[in-house]
Amino acid sequence: MNAPLSHIPVLRERGQREVFCGLTGIVWLHRKVQDAFFLVVGSRTCAHLIQSAAGVMIFAEPRFATAIIDERDLAGLADANDELDRVVTQLLARRPDIRLLFLVGSCPSEVIKLDLSRAAERLNTQMWPQTRVLNYSGSGIETTFTQGEDACLASWVPVLPDAPSNTAAELMVVGSLPDIVEDQLRRQFAAMGIPKVVFFPPRRSTETVHVGSNTRFLLAQPFLSETARLLEARGAQRIPALFPFGAEGTAAWLAAAGKSFGIAESVCIEASAAAMRRAQRALAPFKEELQGKKVFFFPDSQLEIPLARFLSRELGMVLTEVGTPYLHKTHLAEELAALPSEVQLSEGQDVERQIDRCRASQPDLVVCGLGLANPFESEGMATKWSIELVFSPVHGFEQAADLAELFARPLRRRQRLKI
Amino acid sequence: MKLTLWTYEGPPHVGAMRVVTGMRGVHYVLHAPQGDTYADLLFTMIERRSERPPVTYTSFQARDLGGDTAELFKTAAREASERFKPDALVVGASCTAELIQDDPGGLAEALGLSIPVIALELPAYQKKEHWGAAETLYRLVRGCVEHARVPANLERNREGRAPRCNILGPCGLGYRHRDDVTEISRLLQRLGIEISVVAPFGASPADLARLPEADFNVVLYPEIAETAAAWLEKTYRQPRTKIVPIGVGATQDFVREVAAMAGVDPTPALAPEASRLPWYSHSVDSTYLTGKRVFIFGDASHAMAAARIAKEEMGFDVVGLGTYSREFARPMRELATSLGIEALITDDYLEVEERVAELHPDLVLGTQMERHIAKRLGVPCSVISAPVHVQDFPARFAPQMGYEGANVIFDSWVQPLMMGLEEHLLNMFKEDFEFHPDAPASHLGAPTSAAEARSTDFRVTDAQNAAPMGASADSVAVLKESEVALIEKESTASALNGQVSWANDAEKELGRIPFFVRGKARRNTENYARERGIAIISVETLYEAKAHLSR
Repeated sequence: MNAPLSHIPVLRERGQREVFCGLTGIVWLHRKVQDAFFLVVGSRTCAHLIQSAAGVMIFAEPRFATAIIDERDLAGLADANDELDRVVTQLLARRPDIRLLFLVGSCPSEVIKLDLSRAAERLNTQMWPQTRVLNYSGSGIETTFTQGEDACLASWVPVLPDAPSNTAAELMVVGSLPDIVEDQLRRQFAAMGIPKVVFFPPRRSTETVHVGSNTRFLLAQPFLSETARLLEARGAQRIPALFPFGAEGTAAWLAAAGKSFGIAESVCIEASAAAMRRAQRALAPFKEELQGKKVFFFPDSQLEIPLARFLSRELGMVLTEVGTPYLHKTHLAEELAALPSEVQLSEGQDVERQIDRCRASQPDLVVCGLGLANPFESEGMATKWSIELVFSPVHGFEQAADLAELFARPLRRRQRLKI
Repeated sequence: MKLTLWTYEGPPHVGAMRVVTGMRGVHYVLHAPQGDTYADLLFTMIERRSERPPVTYTSFQARDLGGDTAELFKTAAREASERFKPDALVVGASCTAELIQDDPGGLAEALGLSIPVIALELPAYQKKEHWGAAETLYRLVRGCVEHARVPANLERNREGRAPRCNILGPCGLGYRHRDDVTEISRLLQRLGIEISVVAPFGASPADLARLPEADFNVVLYPEIAETAAAWLEKTYRQPRTKIVPIGVGATQDFVREVAAMAGVDPTPALAPEASRLPWYSHSVDSTYLTGKRVFIFGDASHAMAAARIAKEEMGFDVVGLGTYSREFARPMRELATSLGIEALITDDYLEVEERVAELHPDLVLGTQMERHIAKRLGVPCSVISAPVHVQDFPARFAPQMGYEGANVIFDSWVQPLMMGLEEHLLNMFKEDFEFHPDAPASHLGAPTSAAEARSTDFRVTDAQNAAPMGASADSVAVLKESEVALIEKESTASALNGQVSWANDAEKELGRIPFFVRGKARRNTENYARERGIAIISVETLYEAKAHLSR
């Protein structure tokens, strides 16, 4: 695991990107932080995008909306700031339960240089302490898909209260996880002897999450570069580790925390032994199915590299190309070192050329977005929708087999169908 | 700025995508940032298309903005025309690219391509999806016809050949467009009318250039085809149809309209047995449909057609009618006025939700949005219009238009309601001690906790009499829940009014009235009491009101 970082060449491409923008993160972030509201300041396209990505979530009373910029705002006939104040007031009157409001920038708001940070500051002075107002950009010109969560959390870090400096080290897990996974991980940490763990983002914005020089944090997601940078700027220390996908990844991630807190390795191993064995047992049948199968990853969520590592090392799959929208070499150092050296990594995208390469490599499974999946299926290739990897609980020991199953299901389905 | 939770229509460039995706041999180069490719999934997932939409996005990023986004566009357009070899190239900007004003039309022109280049100007901050589709179809038709230099005085000698028409409007991601085209084509063929071109659906740029050769145009979806058809009528003297053939009556009117344009006998397509809807509606089981209160909302064409079917072919009362298509506000308002109601013209989902809640109809006919509203309010619903979801693209043949469309509509509107005979029997026996709504199904053994929970109802039954009963109890329980919801809602409404209240015995008596007219009876009685200043409604008041209103 200590191979040099750059042992694998990376193909860097520019062209059409078949990916979501950062606004999409609102779909899971608003479910995670239950007293937060996300107000996109954008166009009808933004509203349509979130609605299309959210799909069936329309059943819930949404805690997101779009303030649609119209021609009056553009022509300067209406003062955009007054308009925004009016919309926010209208919104908070409708939803007095909202304690944290994010003004979310979009491509149009960035291009017309609508200063949402000033707007957030101004609104915050009016609404605080009932509601805190923050802002970030989820625009497609700046963020790709999961980078929206990074931007969201990064906007939140500066207002986290300081941790008292004289206390013992505390563990923070960074990146939104399903509640059930959080609870499992909390039990794991407790068994290891780390009783106090905070998760960021918290389930409710009013929960206290301190940060300071005694904060040590583990990233639960590989796409949080700006959030990590800002946490480090406040004195927190990142614990480098594999990401907690699969039995091996989860064990390494927990062990890294243990080491950082001075817990004996044997204690860590003992604490997770039962869950580790369970995960390995559950993974075994999937390994039989997936061993030797070739997989091709289109860039989507930045989860590609850790997932490829899991598929390769724990399930014996053969990696062809692993694409990622953005490669953070420091956060992914451990992951890159664990990849087989023959893999083709690519960063960025020219979708047409990548499709050509994908067809040429004849993979058994293509991991791609929803715009590409059915076209590939109709060509006879099995696909896994990558968005499901972001929406489903896939972290930790107990989900290791569920994660494997997501990759096995499309192949199983093809085997069953006799038409 | 407008606060929007859900939107009925996408931006205009999505309308343009629907047109080009419906066609063959056209490619659309869209100047757009990363993220706008989400629109591809509408076609590949919702419509289950097996090919990607023929769209290339420039995917510009923030760091390009200071540099040369125009060059990026030119590269994308050049590479797309080399890779896909289209017969026509459509170019345009999404909302963000509109702001940077790169002029895709001019840039594409400068590439010197040999194929027609159609530049779209779709103002994203004013207009929406349907307008974008209509404008795109118009620009494409005009571009292809002009490129082919079709003379304005084109001769259409009708001697010795069958009359010929085009079908305009069906496109990608259209609500039942695929099946409507099949159904209407059959109908036209029955009249001996040839179909020259169907567009955009399946048409190539060369097909568009042939449009002026037909004798007239059948406009199936005015939201999409009206602009193009109006231009063809003006330029090539091609009359266009005005009637949208949804429902039996409208289909018959449509048949007469096209027969007159074609100069043929309409009779072969007017056979009374052409659709099952009329007989199904006359048959006694449908009696219970009489006066059901419906709320209708959708695109203008589908909503207006639904209103006519509801009133004339199903015997419903249309209590609410509206559209999100502002372009068609005027005819919608006229129709609503003729029905004695006020049209709801809005694209604000919350406003529609509020209206549905206020009217508490028996049935909602709407879009996928109204399906969600109805679900939340516990009202039956059937989808009649876009915006669509994956279930609106069924595997089976399920048109909305023509006679088969009327059959499909009858089934899909009645299905969420209960069948008449079933409703009648349940009601007749509802006070039977062994047949009350809370009796658990005998084949399930001992009473379930759910049934016990429900048996607290005081209005209709006596919990002491609860006993297992016949197999229908399942459906009774279902009925019961909706009934309870309805009544609770009604009680809340009258409590809020604060003017009249119900005495216990009157409330109980009201519970004996069949539930499908109970809401009406409650409102009528309350109005009657209010008009006469009666504060507490007694059994006497209830029957006074009934007698008064039945005169």
